Amino acid sequence: MTALDAKIPPGPLEEKWRRFKENVPLIGPANKRKFNIIVVGSGLAGASTAATLAEQGYHVDCFCFHDSPRRAHSIAAQGGINASKNYQNDGDSIWRLFYDTIKGGDFRSREANVYRLAEVSQSIIDQCVSQGVPFAREYGGQLANRSFGGAQVSRTFYARGQTGQQLLLGAYSSLNHEIKNGRVTMHTNSEMLDLVVVESHAKGIIVRNLISGEITRHAADAVILATGGYSNAYYLSTNARGCNATAVWRAYKRGALFANPCFTQIHPTCIPVGGDYQAKLTLMSESLRNDGRVWVPKKKGDQRAPQNIPEEERDYYLERKYPAYGNLAPRDISSRSAKEVCDEGRGVGPGGLGVYLDFQDAIERLGKETIQERYGNLFEMYENITGENAYTRPMRIFPALHYTMGGLWVDYHLMSNLPGLFVLGEANFSDHGANRLGASALMQGLADGYFVIPYTLGAYLSSQFGKKPKTTLLEFEEAEKRVRARLNSLLEVKGSLSSTHFHRELGILLWEKCGMERSARSLQEALHEIPKLRKRFWNEVSIPGSGASLNKALEAAGRVADFLELGELMCRDALMREESCGGHFRSEYQSADGEAVRNDELFSFVQSWQYQGEESEPTLIQEPLNYEFVHPSTRNYK
Amino acid sequence: MKMPFQFTRRGIGSAPKLSYQLRVVAGNSFRFLPVQKLSFLTSSIGRKWIVAITGILLIGFVAIHLLGNLSIFLGPEIMNAYAARLHQLGILLWIARVGLLVVAGLHVFFTIALWRENHQASPQKYAVKKSLETTLYARSMRLSGLVVLGFVLFHLAQFTWKWVTPEYKEWIDSLGQHDVYRMLVAAFGNPWVTGFYLLSVAFLAMHLSHGIGSLFQTLGLTNKKLRPRFEYAGLIVAWAFFLGYASIPTAVFLKLLPH
Amino acid sequence: MNFHLRIWRQADPEASGFFQEIEACDIPAEASFLEMLDIVNNRLIEEKKIPVAFDSDCREGICGTCSMVINGVPQGPGRGAACQVYMRSFKNGDSITIEPFRVKAFPIIKDLIVKRAAYDRIIQAGGFITEHTGGAPDAATTLISKKIADQAMDAAACIGCGACAAACPNSSAMLFVGAKVTHLSLMPQGQPERRERALAMVDAMDEEGFGNCSNYYACEAVCPASISASVIATLNREYVRATVIP
Repeated sequence: MTALDAKIPPGPLEEKWRRFKENVPLIGPANKRKFNIIVVGSGLAGASTAATLAEQGYHVDCFCFHDSPRRAHSIAAQGGINASKNYQNDGDSIWRLFYDTIKGGDFRSREANVYRLAEVSQSIIDQCVSQGVPFAREYGGQLANRSFGGAQVSRTFYARGQTGQQLLLGAYSSLNHEIKNGRVTMHTNSEMLDLVVVESHAKGIIVRNLISGEITRHAADAVILATGGYSNAYYLSTNARGCNATAVWRAYKRGALFANPCFTQIHPTCIPVGGDYQAKLTLMSESLRNDGRVWVPKKKGDQRAPQNIPEEERDYYLERKYPAYGNLAPRDISSRSAKEVCDEGRGVGPGGLGVYLDFQDAIERLGKETIQERYGNLFEMYENITGENAYTRPMRIFPALHYTMGGLWVDYHLMSNLPGLFVLGEANFSDHGANRLGASALMQGLADGYFVIPYTLGAYLSSQFGKKPKTTLLEFEEAEKRVRARLNSLLEVKGSLSSTHFHRELGILLWEKCGMERSARSLQEALHEIPKLRKRFWNEVSIPGSGASLNKALEAAGRVADFLELGELMCRDALMREESCGGHFRSEYQSADGEAVRNDELFSFVQSWQYQGEESEPTLIQEPLNYEFVHPSTRNYK
Repeated sequence: MKMPFQFTRRGIGSAPKLSYQLRVVAGNSFRFLPVQKLSFLTSSIGRKWIVAITGILLIGFVAIHLLGNLSIFLGPEIMNAYAARLHQLGILLWIARVGLLVVAGLHVFFTIALWRENHQASPQKYAVKKSLETTLYARSMRLSGLVVLGFVLFHLAQFTWKWVTPEYKEWIDSLGQHDVYRMLVAAFGNPWVTGFYLLSVAFLAMHLSHGIGSLFQTLGLTNKKLRPRFEYAGLIVAWAFFLGYASIPTAVFLKLLPH
Repeated sequence: MNFHLRIWRQADPEASGFFQEIEACDIPAEASFLEMLDIVNNRLIEEKKIPVAFDSDCREGICGTCSMVINGVPQGPGRGAACQVYMRSFKNGDSITIEPFRVKAFPIIKDLIVKRAAYDRIIQAGGFITEHTGGAPDAATTLISKKIADQAMDAAACIGCGACAAACPNSSAMLFVGAKVTHLSLMPQGQPERRERALAMVDAMDEEGFGNCSNYYACEAVCPASISASVIATLNREYVRATVIP
């Protein structure tokens, strides 16, 4: 395998994207109509891509497994979206957003990609406002901003605690406009089960209709995956129940590289786990950290009610350890600090797995009304789940799996190593390095969909006139056969345990051995355990019913089967990366005071994995990260 | 390749009666263009508006009719004079009558049309029924409306066409006018008639209890703050009508009139 | 905790459904309603029986995928979607009836799952603002007063779950349509298409076979996103405004 070429345009950082746009081959309007593009996923990245490409004149087939494109999990993002608008005149700029993002990612992302992201972030806000997204406003009518973790400026735009919902509905409305125009054919309740590669180009997908069970073939000139992340490998995460890695995993098995699978993000502010019946974890927006103060009792095992613990017996550990950023320290640091204090036995709530997030000071300073205005729905949600009122009693929070920075490898064009396969949003690995900053996921999803792919797609398509294959091709037939065979083999196991049972086991394993803290030992144990678990799954899983109609148990089992393979790759990746960086914290590589120790000399590269078949281990391909414009420093939020 | 649950471009055409459709105007730009004349009278909201507007007119009639009838408390002369004056209006009276008939007809016709559609839209009912904040008045609109309709027919038959007691036609007062007063006193002396009237005007009040507040919503005149006020005011007006109308047969029956 | 469930089972859209009695035993009080159903389903799967098909995804009340009627209340008791109902709001030993949404425009697919594509088609008819990606003016050029932005956000909070139509005795979709029309007609960006939007969306709504509004306000009572029925008044006004003003 030749070295990976990220196709980064030459020139100064600020000029790269502009020069790229000026030199990229264009497709004339009359020709765009002749191209058919498949978009899998209808979240922020997928819907914005489908709508924009259709608006440009391409014919788009968009697939989502939900009953409506509006249900994609982007809808649950609460806090906001970053943009370097500098409306607050607090010194923000493209460069600062770029630098914050690359530093937040612990210098494990590409300079050129991140700079482009910071650059187009401004257009995203313009675009969304023109779609009618009701962003929060100040009394004078200007757009309001809030601050967010990992930044010292207020650059986050928001719509109450429902920013993701409003942005997605904006993209969804544009998508619907194009469906109405006939330029997008929307396929709902449709799950992609395989990628079809024709002459080493991605040219189609195999889809199962989740209602009728029908398996269909779809050919296109290019395939775009915008299918989100794989946090659900951990079973309990803040992702929706349906979020899965099946599309990217099948693409990986057809030859696409999987980059940095061990870079997973633990979100510091989630509602703590209640019991083993629990199906998912609920996130409380990180924006809460703007006004909430995180603390635990100084004494171990302090069972007093929070209001009875006097000020001097509280440890505001984030403010103590990181005076400059305090409660706004980046996610990985906040999460690990929470774990540390809980490991010391100072955690609060059932099982000691929680820390307080206290709004008392903010309520005194700003008044209850302001807090209600800012976080009302989050407080309601918290009360609904826990039965506790956070206006009078501090919230209990604990870290939970939230986002995966890793994903399919893509170049500057967002194209994977398989020509014709583009990967957007959380599904790719590109912009967040080893750790994502808050309010950057929405930014990346929309940047990719609205402003990057519409340009970069042309570079590929300009050489693809008339190359769309027929679905009667052998490659399609074989792919369909594979899909059918896999579904049948799942149905034929006829064991006695539900797939959830195995999923939960995998989740616990990954959380303990490849979670907030990893070590060579824990990872080796996991690499030993996962194949055994996978084997048990394939012998004991029970899936009642058939594949010929709606069968949720079959859908879930197929996804769990993929997670059982992906989980192993995550551990393999984590084991190979012998350093601590961002969300990847190896206990062997830490400083005396417990901070992550990065190793730029040996590990400043993207770790990409290539599938080599069921029986062989995947091979590792490195893409070196060359820092031309910034100097990787040790992250310091103190 | 049949995909039963997906949006296809047929989605556009599958709505045949769309009044406005997207059409290519020039090149790549799409706009809404009217392709068919707008059908206000077949739309959900248009017909609701008609029900609301006719409702207002009928309420107007109910109010004027009440004012006229309350003249009974001023004695037989005034009441009979009022009735005589009304009849002297001649052609105007007939215009009002026909207008009222048309208004009532439209009110009933569109209500039935909407009701039929509503019925078709929810053919299967829930096994567990919950009223979910809907008021009894709202839920009994059809019943109260039908009772009121039946009552109005009886009322007309009794006092306008005088089919129930034909002798009423012969009753003339000392001024040679039709003796409406005596007719009412005679009719409401009967406990059954009085009871039926009281019950009917109670149904009318129930109908208006939802109807008055509701018409402001239908006409789009409410907002979050105003709606409860309109509803409250509607309730008061409706039961004020009840008191007004109920006072007549009650006063007659209990022999509380001035004479 | 133990519960006695009566759940609607229907194999496919054409089949005639029936209520199945299922005992839900040893349910933790902290479990959510859907987690209770997960537990029931896992047991059914392990007994090699067909689990109850129900829709859910985000489980935090924002995606709008949940669609069930719990004891006669669409999306269950309390504010929020069915995923936000917790078993602690029931008593041990309670009988709970679970049905799908019963709206003609939302055909039942299986058990508790209904197809709500009608809502998507209504949005397709006009629930958008036409814009060109990349061609937008700077966001700061349009000032929108906080009051208007807040009102628009109140309406835009709709999660598209269909509970409004499910709760309505007439199966009317006015709250859903009203919310979108209100949101977009409040925004300055929504003005150019304001008239056409109201007409097209109401027409699409009528075409889908939803019923008419009788101002029952059951929709408002169950709406998980707390959309006020005042959006229906706005819709009524917008529609007539669009009809009367040429």
